[in-house]
Amino acid sequence: MLGRTANGLFWMFRYLERAENTARLLDAGLRMALTRDLVSSEEEWRSVIQTAGQRRAYEAKHGTYTGVQTWNFILRDKDNHSSVMQMFDQVRTNARLSRNAISSELWEAINESWMQIKDMLARPVTQSTVGQVVAMVRRGGTLVHGAMAGSMLRSEGYHFARAGTFLERGESTARILDIKYYLLLPSFSYVGSTHDTGQWDTVLRSVSGDRGYRFLNAGQIDARGIVEFLLLDNRFPRSLAFCHSALRDNLRALAKIHGAEGLSNELMRDADTRLADMTVDEVFEMGLHRFLTDFMSSNAAIGSAIAEDYRFTA
Amino acid sequence: MTEAAAKFDEMHKPDGSIRPAYGEYCNWHEEQQSDFLRRKHFEAEGSFRRTGITFNVYGEDEAEERLIPFDMVPRIIDAGEWRRLTRGIEQRVRALNAFMYDLYHRQEIIRAGRVPERLFRNNDAWLPNMVGFTPPGGVYTHIVGIDLVRTGPDEWYVLEDNARTPSGVSYMLENRETMMSMFPELFTRVGVEPVSDYPRRLAKSLAACAPSVTQGKPVVAVLTPGIFNSAYFEHAFLADQMGAELVEGTDLRVIDGRVGMRTTRGFKPVDVIYRRVDDDYLDPLTFNADSVLGIPGIMDVYRAGGVTIANAPGTGVCDDKAIYSFMPEIVEFYTGEKPLLPNVQTWRCSEADSLAYVLDHLADLVVKEVHGSGGYGMLIGPTSSRRELADFRKKLEANPTNYIAQPTLALSTCPIFTKKGLAPRHVDLRPFVLVSPDNIDITAGGLTRVAMKKGSLVVNSSQGGGTKDTWVLKD
Repeated sequence: MLGRTANGLFWMFRYLERAENTARLLDAGLRMALTRDLVSSEEEWRSVIQTAGQRRAYEAKHGTYTGVQTWNFILRDKDNHSSVMQMFDQVRTNARLSRNAISSELWEAINESWMQIKDMLARPVTQSTVGQVVAMVRRGGTLVHGAMAGSMLRSEGYHFARAGTFLERGESTARILDIKYYLLLPSFSYVGSTHDTGQWDTVLRSVSGDRGYRFLNAGQIDARGIVEFLLLDNRFPRSLAFCHSALRDNLRALAKIHGAEGLSNELMRDADTRLADMTVDEVFEMGLHRFLTDFMSSNAAIGSAIAEDYRFTA
Repeated sequence: MTEAAAKFDEMHKPDGSIRPAYGEYCNWHEEQQSDFLRRKHFEAEGSFRRTGITFNVYGEDEAEERLIPFDMVPRIIDAGEWRRLTRGIEQRVRALNAFMYDLYHRQEIIRAGRVPERLFRNNDAWLPNMVGFTPPGGVYTHIVGIDLVRTGPDEWYVLEDNARTPSGVSYMLENRETMMSMFPELFTRVGVEPVSDYPRRLAKSLAACAPSVTQGKPVVAVLTPGIFNSAYFEHAFLADQMGAELVEGTDLRVIDGRVGMRTTRGFKPVDVIYRRVDDDYLDPLTFNADSVLGIPGIMDVYRAGGVTIANAPGTGVCDDKAIYSFMPEIVEFYTGEKPLLPNVQTWRCSEADSLAYVLDHLADLVVKEVHGSGGYGMLIGPTSSRRELADFRKKLEANPTNYIAQPTLALSTCPIFTKKGLAPRHVDLRPFVLVSPDNIDITAGGLTRVAMKKGSLVVNSSQGGGTKDTWVLKD
């Protein structure tokens, strides 16, 4: 496979994951804002923008935080290079670039989702349609992943695509936790006083983990439990541990196909060892922020090593 | 020529009865509910959008992707007629290839005084560094599209030769796919020659032209300028169908005397490059130092026999409309036969007498730039305003060698589906020809382009033309 094609597949799925995660974040914010008064809902929208990593771009354009402004900015603003629309454009552009390496079912799933989303986002999104748009973005992601699972050869292209997915997903969970934890730190102690469980509920919703967490923890919401769930619980498909082990499997498969291990496999092994022995107590001892920062930079290093090992660019 | 002028209707005889080739199709058509056909008409568009069969239009927003209108009434050619056409096409393609070889070697045709030397000396597509070099297998024009127009029952003319990088073959294939999925029963009633094995034949034809350094099965790659090119869909489609890699210039590099493509395992030698980029973008060392699209040094590898480039650099000479005007002489010179397919009468504005005639009859003629393509920069006298004629006259007088003129032909018509039923529209035909060292392979069918606007003679997709499925009937 061409290095450029591998690059296209990898980024196609990173952007898809990013678009989906942004939609989840927005969904959680919407729900939160509904249950709040005007002042704290403004606070909530600021937090959504910040968690999405779009604060600077947003504030360059708007002085206030309102729901309509926020979701239009996140979903479709032409000045926002990380808008869901622009990410979906990237998904499709990369799919066109890698057209030969993907099944026609996968291509059609991407193209059709893109056409629907583009159509919905052609006009400003109102209170009554925002939920529908968010659902459509998530459904687009589901459709694409499903088409891939059912029709793609399990050759290197598949593993590049999956590596992109899990690298991005792990990073996204880590970032959400890092930002939210920082915001909430003064207001509660890690042993579990429940000053504002609503915020933690939002964190769980942002990663579609609210039901899973409640199921495993009998409804008990506390910081320690949630952090453990999002970081170390291998059963939750958006936890750092899960993403890491899936990424490891994909990188191992790539090494096997290519008959040689590269720097990415080496870095992956190091990262694995660090994460495998971790307990939640050790995480807090080390400092959650530092732990997450380390995780994100190791993740980024693995990403660069993949690009290097497999000659993504000239 | 206006609507009133006699034009050949390919479906109906002058008395209104149906010509034999269309007989069974028309029976079927009669039996269909008009609602059903209308629904299918819209379905077709949706299916093209979903599968992403689009093209980009130059000069428009890069993100803008358009569909080429597809008309679901097939254009039908009977077996005997097709046999006659293929003989003419084969003769012409053989002559084109012999002409290219001669131009880059002894130039017998010029020594014999049959074509003037200035013709190619002034031609930008002429490549001095191809002189004395013979491409692998002696093939210059691996893929050729011969544009034909029809004016009567047995009157076909060659309008243009596309020897550089003819496009449109993906539409020939997708149009057939679409027709077969929309109207499967139609194909059980009418025996139609298949077109679907074109990609396999293309792969085989290209592989047969591999250089002698090839080890094992030849590695073929399609070289595209990238996703913003108007024909990107076709490049990806053909690579996909052939099981070849789709590469851009940045994927290729000259390594150890071969052209390598950057794979996830390192550089892998490519034996045959089916390039869909212009000569200028092949090698910045040879052609265009400012180009970012080329592969530095690829021409050295080529000349040393390390890679096959299809079509060969320098074949663009044949696309020149001044060369076209000499095709009857060229065919006769190399084949020793009279051309089976005539040219459209052509006035070379470089010649004083012709120029005078053209200036006198501008309102009746079609005037084209010799290097132009895609319907850009041409004048259609009968449909132009007085002002357009006056403007064009100035351009023509300023640089007459840049133009040729032809009569406005009464192009044949074939019906298209409209809201009000079938209506005749002008069509042309581009059959696709594959050339390998010992074979000339013509796919039974081709791309029929159709002017969607009533009375219009412009069939180019860049100017709003559409396409039709083209059927060659089985014997």
